[in-house]
Amino acid sequence: MKVEQIAVFLENKSGRLAEITAKLAEENVNIRALSVADTADFGILRLIVDDAEKAKITLKSNGFTVGITNVIAVEVADKTGGLAGVLKTIEEEKLNVEYMYAFVNKTGEDAVLIFRFDDMDKAIEALQRTGYTILSGEEISNL
Amino acid sequence: MTLYWEEEMETLPRVGLESVQLIRLQKLVARVYKTVAPYREKMDAAGVKPEDIKSLADLTKLPFTVKEDLRDNYPFGLFTVPMDQVVRVHASSGTTGKPTVVGYTQKDIKTWAGLMARALTCAGATGKDMVHNAYGYGLFTGGLGAHYGIERLGATVIPVSGGNTKRQITIMQDFKSSVLLATPSYALNLAETMEGLGVDPKSLSLRVGVFGAEPWSENMRDEVERKLDIKAVDIYGLSEVMGPGVAMQCLEGEKGLHIFEDHFLPEIIDPDTGEVLPPGEKGELVFTTLTKEAFPIIRYRTKDITRLLYDECACGRTFVRMEKVTGRTDDMLIIRGVNVFPSQVEHVLMGTEGVEPHYQIVVNREGNMDTMSVEVEVSEDIFSDEIKKLENLTKRIQADIKDMLGVTCRVKLVEPKTIQRSEGKAQRVIDNRKL
Repeated sequence: MKVEQIAVFLENKSGRLAEITAKLAEENVNIRALSVADTADFGILRLIVDDAEKAKITLKSNGFTVGITNVIAVEVADKTGGLAGVLKTIEEEKLNVEYMYAFVNKTGEDAVLIFRFDDMDKAIEALQRTGYTILSGEEISNL
Repeated sequence: MTLYWEEEMETLPRVGLESVQLIRLQKLVARVYKTVAPYREKMDAAGVKPEDIKSLADLTKLPFTVKEDLRDNYPFGLFTVPMDQVVRVHASSGTTGKPTVVGYTQKDIKTWAGLMARALTCAGATGKDMVHNAYGYGLFTGGLGAHYGIERLGATVIPVSGGNTKRQITIMQDFKSSVLLATPSYALNLAETMEGLGVDPKSLSLRVGVFGAEPWSENMRDEVERKLDIKAVDIYGLSEVMGPGVAMQCLEGEKGLHIFEDHFLPEIIDPDTGEVLPPGEKGELVFTTLTKEAFPIIRYRTKDITRLLYDECACGRTFVRMEKVTGRTDDMLIIRGVNVFPSQVEHVLMGTEGVEPHYQIVVNREGNMDTMSVEVEVSEDIFSDEIKKLENLTKRIQADIKDMLGVTCRVKLVEPKTIQRSEGKAQRVIDNRKL
């Protein structure tokens, strides 16, 4: 139930993000969600794409440092309190969020939360137990 | 009128000086040959015996000593006396991790203090002065070396060491420091801090600054003199030879530093061939100590580039003058007074799992302080999707470099293949300082 996420190392200089997206477009890789974490010197671009393996090969061959990590995608209704409910479960289970980001799917009814936890398996178990829908990589691609 | 510390020796005509040097050299070579196996082996291999040293010109028969010899005999292998006679050790950076260690007997410390007092006298300091010693105290020879000389001179030493700049300025104001000892970049830092605090240097009692331990230009001298309203003079030394007080600029002379030749015998060689160059030519400075007991050194290649000036000096001292050091034959960097070899940085990086051997050292002068940043390419092995992990990595490298070199640097992660690959010798260092 984990989703593969591409992480790319970025120096803080102009044009890097543009270059990555252009290369992915050339290879027909579709980006479903992304987030950028940054510090004064560097950033990490995190991407959920429809073809993680292809994205990785494309970016690597263009000289980027790329890693694939597993994240969890949780579907919640796009309404007030949606995120708060998930976070309450996480807190009760004493799970640590390493990072998270979110996007709203096309229908506008649901939001998808992308999480990276310190203990992924425990998180999946806890979220499923409390009734949340966890999306697979394929489901994300088809959204 | 020129002030001297030991007038007779300092103004000895060259013939007299040379006979003093020869007697001391012969004694030294005989003692070193007898007591230190590595020296004896090298001399035997070169087919030279102590009795072959019949004149100063015979010095060239002796093999050179290089920093690697010190490393190979780490820590005390080149000492000539048993350790119970060694009362102090100092150390400076080695090229690959292990520092270069030197030792001093009771008599060496006394000689050094005397030479440092002589150097301070060259700068016009006397027993009435309040000497602000901002050289770092510790394994580095600067702080303690100067300290004992100031006491020997009979002046008052303020052992303030480096750092805590605002407090230093308060001390200068309240204690009425009249002589400043520091690295030239730190002197400029003091000047700027004063400016920021609204302290007028003219309101201080500072009269003269004795600056060394890092290369500095004539432009920097002008700047320090103007900003601190003092006379700035140059001091030279290196731990392998003794520490500060090997050579010193006088107030009267226009150029150069008098080498205290009754204790240190200088030569200028072609760094490629090792041939001694004629007087006045520029080359690598080589020293032989004449009076040191615990750690004498024969024909030590300093890797500093300079020339020797044999013309008369207005101060009346007969000691030859060396020009301000203008460069090095190796890739050693001096960052805030600390010797840094790129190989040491490499050593730390290679010891960090996953780090690739692609790195670059960038040196800048920000304001008046030297800064060093180490750029490391991010390989897949060290890459993480979590900022925390990458930041921990840079912090660890930074701490390891600080541990090894004693210098705080910035570690910057860069994308792969962004550090220039050069043909043959990689360009590891980009020095943007305008000295």
